[in-house]
Amino acid sequence: MPRLLLWGAILFVVLTAIASLFVGPRAITPATTLTALLDFDAGNGAHLLVRDQRLPRVFLALCVGAALGAAGGVMQTLTRNPLADPGLLGISAGATLAIVCLIAATGQINIGASLWAGIFGAGVGGATVFLLGGMTKTHDPVRLVLAGAALSIVLMTLTRVITVNAEAHVFDQFRHWAVGSLQGRGWDVLWPSIWLTLIGGLAAVALARPLDALALGQDFGQSLGADPRRVWFAAAAVIVVLCGTATAAAGPISFVGLAAPHLARHITGPSHRALLLLSMLIGAALVSVADLAGRLIDPAAQIDVGIMSALIGGPIFVALARRLKMSGL
Amino acid sequence: MTTAPNIVLRWRGWSLLLARRALWLNIILFGLLVIGSTTALMLGRLPIGTQEIWQVITGNAPSRAVEHVLIDIRLPRLLVTIGAGAALGTSGAVFQTISRNPLGSPDVIGFTAGAATGALIWIIVFGGTGANVVLAAMAGALLTGVGVYLLARKDGRVSAYRLVLTGIGVGAVLHAINALLLVKGDLDVAISANLWLAGSVDGRDWGHVWPLWLGLIALMGPMLLGMRPLGMMEMGDDLAGPLGVPVERVRRWMLLGALILAALATSATGPIAFVALAAPQLARRLGRAPTQPLIGATLFGACLMLGADLLTRVAPFDLTMPIGQVTGIIGGVYLIWLLAGNRLRNGAP
Repeated sequence: MPRLLLWGAILFVVLTAIASLFVGPRAITPATTLTALLDFDAGNGAHLLVRDQRLPRVFLALCVGAALGAAGGVMQTLTRNPLADPGLLGISAGATLAIVCLIAATGQINIGASLWAGIFGAGVGGATVFLLGGMTKTHDPVRLVLAGAALSIVLMTLTRVITVNAEAHVFDQFRHWAVGSLQGRGWDVLWPSIWLTLIGGLAAVALARPLDALALGQDFGQSLGADPRRVWFAAAAVIVVLCGTATAAAGPISFVGLAAPHLARHITGPSHRALLLLSMLIGAALVSVADLAGRLIDPAAQIDVGIMSALIGGPIFVALARRLKMSGL
Repeated sequence: MTTAPNIVLRWRGWSLLLARRALWLNIILFGLLVIGSTTALMLGRLPIGTQEIWQVITGNAPSRAVEHVLIDIRLPRLLVTIGAGAALGTSGAVFQTISRNPLGSPDVIGFTAGAATGALIWIIVFGGTGANVVLAAMAGALLTGVGVYLLARKDGRVSAYRLVLTGIGVGAVLHAINALLLVKGDLDVAISANLWLAGSVDGRDWGHVWPLWLGLIALMGPMLLGMRPLGMMEMGDDLAGPLGVPVERVRRWMLLGALILAALATSATGPIAFVALAAPQLARRLGRAPTQPLIGATLFGACLMLGADLLTRVAPFDLTMPIGQVTGIIGGVYLIWLLAGNRLRNGAP
């Protein structure tokens, strides 16, 4: 991978993140924002806003984007399907169902509690799919994808049945969560997300070499010394942790996990270490740009990050699909 | 794997190859469809027996009420259900063959999202209701389809892979627009839009039946003929071309046909989960067919929809169970059951 490009991408992500600190529904002067960061005064409302709302939100955007990018990269290799989105493996659908149950039961959404409900749902959904689709003797990627699609659909339809039958305010709460949003996420959501993403991301990079071997095909990979069973299990766990965390923290953000590895693969080629790193960077860039753009367009109402990332990423993706000769797997 | 011997019918210069296993599958599916349809006509608040159905068919209805219920309420609903299922199954089979990907169903490629965008804009922005929603959905799906095709076209060619990728990109944008409409829309309108998005065959009349069935009848023949060259194209464009397949032309017309079928079905019922994805897979795997069996997929789609409709009507829940959701649950659970028991042969994807 061209080194210059890597540093360029990192610089871009950092600049976007810094810019995000200065934008929000309440106008706070850049000078005040800077003092809030450097010389924090707990009695100052504006300082509190920057410290407790904007700062965690910026980090969460990076964290969610990176997690989705890495999960997508691993997932596309594991299923040997370039259309595989980590959301397809029952992970997003599991988190969504868990959270709609929580909202329907308690009548309101509590971001802190919903994080853990989401992680629980994602874990159960993802584990079921991998047990159904992969943990037999043969690791048939098509089976995995079908199992994921089947379970996702079942969970999503259950979710819709609940929203159709529940009272109006349940649907109202749910529709705001279901588009994927970073609004109102504070440090209590950020810390667990950062840790889980860090663990998952490192594990993904550690898996890069076995994944390289596995990408050659199962027989080939095995003769190169990768134990397919163990790699499968580890990769599945990584996907569940990364995508589950991202979904639980920000709601189901589709498309980032599909598009980021795609773009990354075009630049890096099939080597997984570079692919996963760049994929995380692209994911982080896409989500933070989307979040920033959503706040810039309409500071008061804010367009949610899940919507913005598809609105921004979609056309880029289509343009690239047109222009470039995209590599398959 | 042992393959059942095939049956070859010959007549002058024509010959027809029938795979025995697939033939049996189709006969069974057709039988199920007939039984299911009869049951669907009998079920309801006004109980109608098989004898009365026969009397209505032969033209001497026992009473006005029975005739009205049967002809104006239950029959259109039944026809919409079966027609939508058949259209989605067929459309899914074609899309999966063209994209060479089991995920290449019209839902994944964004056409369903386009239909939903059309309907949502109509419901939420213009406050429209009723029959016009059908037209709006249809316009949305067709515009999306043509847009995706044109965007994926390059140098006069549309590669299957680029088509799918473009569809995913466009679909993502449309999904985002749908979500935006749902989130920013007024809560009451958003709730009714959510209900449309769940997919339903309640209260469908002959106005819904005609476009769907005319489309089906007109398109099934050409699609069946086109399936053979399309099957050859699964080997790759470079191989199919020299075998005499006009690759680009077959793909364009088959895509257009599949698109129209998906649009007709979605506009009549709202988005129906999973039928287009599951029906071709089930037909292919249970029939152990080497290429996509179109008729099997069509029948499977119709059976899935009909089964879902029957289930929503006899289910003892005190819940609104829109058919689009029940198909998702039935199809999904069935596919999971097949996968869990290792009952699926590892056929080609």
